[in-house]
Amino acid sequence: MLTYTIRRLTLAIPTLLFISLVIFLLLELAPGDPMAQVPLTVPPEVKQQMREALGLGEPTHIRFGKWLWQFFVIEPMNLIDATLGTTIAEGESRVISWQTRSPVMDIVAQRMPQTLWVVAMSYVVGILIAMPIGIYSAYRQYSVFDQVGTFVTMVGYSVPPFFSGVLVIVIFSVQLGWLPSIYDTTLNVVDWATFKKQLMQMVMPVMVLALQTTAQISRFMRASMLDNLNQDYVRTARAKGLSEWSVVMIHVLRNSMIPVVTVIALGVPYIFGGAIITEQIFKVNGLGQLLITAIQANDLPMVQTVTFMLAVLIVLFNIIADILYGVLDPRIRYD
Amino acid sequence: MTELPVEPVPAKAPRSKRRDVWDQFKSHKGALLGMFIFAVIVLGVLLGPYLWPYDATYIDIRARNEGPSFAHPMGTDQLGRDTMARMMAGGQTSISVGVTAMLLALVLGSLIGVVAGFFKRLDGPLMRLTDLFLALPLLPLLLVMVLLFREPLSATFGPETGIFILIVVAIGITSWMPTARIVRGDVLALKEREFVLAARSIGTTNFRMITRHILPNVMSPIMVSATLGIANAIITESALSFLGLGFPPDFPTWGRLLYDATNYLQQYPERVIWPGAAISLTVLSVNYLGDGLRDALDPRIRGR
Repeated sequence: MLTYTIRRLTLAIPTLLFISLVIFLLLELAPGDPMAQVPLTVPPEVKQQMREALGLGEPTHIRFGKWLWQFFVIEPMNLIDATLGTTIAEGESRVISWQTRSPVMDIVAQRMPQTLWVVAMSYVVGILIAMPIGIYSAYRQYSVFDQVGTFVTMVGYSVPPFFSGVLVIVIFSVQLGWLPSIYDTTLNVVDWATFKKQLMQMVMPVMVLALQTTAQISRFMRASMLDNLNQDYVRTARAKGLSEWSVVMIHVLRNSMIPVVTVIALGVPYIFGGAIITEQIFKVNGLGQLLITAIQANDLPMVQTVTFMLAVLIVLFNIIADILYGVLDPRIRYD
Repeated sequence: MTELPVEPVPAKAPRSKRRDVWDQFKSHKGALLGMFIFAVIVLGVLLGPYLWPYDATYIDIRARNEGPSFAHPMGTDQLGRDTMARMMAGGQTSISVGVTAMLLALVLGSLIGVVAGFFKRLDGPLMRLTDLFLALPLLPLLLVMVLLFREPLSATFGPETGIFILIVVAIGITSWMPTARIVRGDVLALKEREFVLAARSIGTTNFRMITRHILPNVMSPIMVSATLGIANAIITESALSFLGLGFPPDFPTWGRLLYDATNYLQQYPERVIWPGAAISLTVLSVNYLGDGLRDALDPRIRGR
């Protein structure tokens, strides 16, 4: 299991390099000088520093190398400095935002928890709702529950988050006034009342994001369960007198989970995409909102970093899924 | 006694594959309904503007912020433009972006899938490339692409055509991966079949082999991907417009209309319903269509 995990982790390195190359080249191929859109209010010496930080005026491959160096060596060094109080990264030029003129990673570190909270919660909630629906509608195929479930998941799959989000705001905030439409990130959970408030404001963003996950995963769960329920080993399990619960929930479920885990992993990029939209609707100041404001302000270093951070998160979740895959299916570990 | 015709008339005409597929498709009620609704929406947005008296850009400032009435069944917006006319114009853009982007993604995906499946040497590299693309954060990259290439393309092709090309290309090159994977799997299986061996034995070249024997046989997964691709492309385009990085403001699309309506969420909440419902209904009908198509084209399910 350990060698399998290490192999997966080493595979992530070329993936991350490729993604950083794509992001870098995208900004590189873009017509025009990246410094041309820096506001005139930026003083010349800051401009010069920014040029140096970007490594402008040098060939593309050297600049790419420098960017990688900044990102993979200097920024982690700063992270160590911040946590341990050391000063190993002092004097190194960091990736500087053009909007705030402060290091990009500091802002990203501030914004990261909100996004992770909402995304992780909605994914977990989505999976928790989807699995029982998928299992039960496969077990009782063509029953009323299955028919209704199929229709509801199809609707959930088709309603984009930017519509469902606005719709729930109209219903629950404007009409009924039950839930706040704006997510207050300054709220500190100290006692029961603030916890309740936090819960209230998380409901809508989380549910809107979870809707699509639920729809997709329960569809796959159902299909995968149906494939397995007709297999011979199920008949064998029943024939040897196992209870219906252990046949379905242990034998069939474990085998059905294998394709579903893939779907869960492949869905991660989409849920981060959905998070950008949900953050925009509910005014959550997470990574997605940071990306949108950076794009509107033409803040290229910020855009580059946030996009890459999202890519890192996606790759990370893919590795987790791969490892789960190995746990579920022993055959995969050994080939 | 009159002479009977010599050749025996078969009791039943042999059934064509197309007929089989249609019979199976008909039995899926959701798919039929989906096809019908999608056809109605497409015809509505294509022919509607010729029948509807108002123009999408006609401003009648005295009739602004009106609710639904006989003159304006969907009301008017903050400048007095008729929402129904804007919905039709927006639908034209949204659906044409969806269809064009889907075609691009389909061509790319089928090309890569067929090449990867057919030529063993290219299989590894191309599939690694597909995996890498699947790990990309797509929506952020799309946003970055629109940010960087919007102005130069608008300058070259004009604001509307420029952004149309940009969005179609951006969606196309970020959504070919599922098609490529499915097509590759099917091509790998087809390559081992006897008819391919037979064709090979009479000296068929690779190009002829692909165009005559492989491609027609992988048409069904490609068609299913096509329907799902339209849904995906419409949602992506609307998401871009919703984030303010789509078409220019005076050029309506469904996503743009929804985005504009959210500013008036408190006063006129009904205004977000129209574009949102249009997007959802289109995507829902296309998804059902794809579902039915998948069942109808799958020979294991057909005829059961």
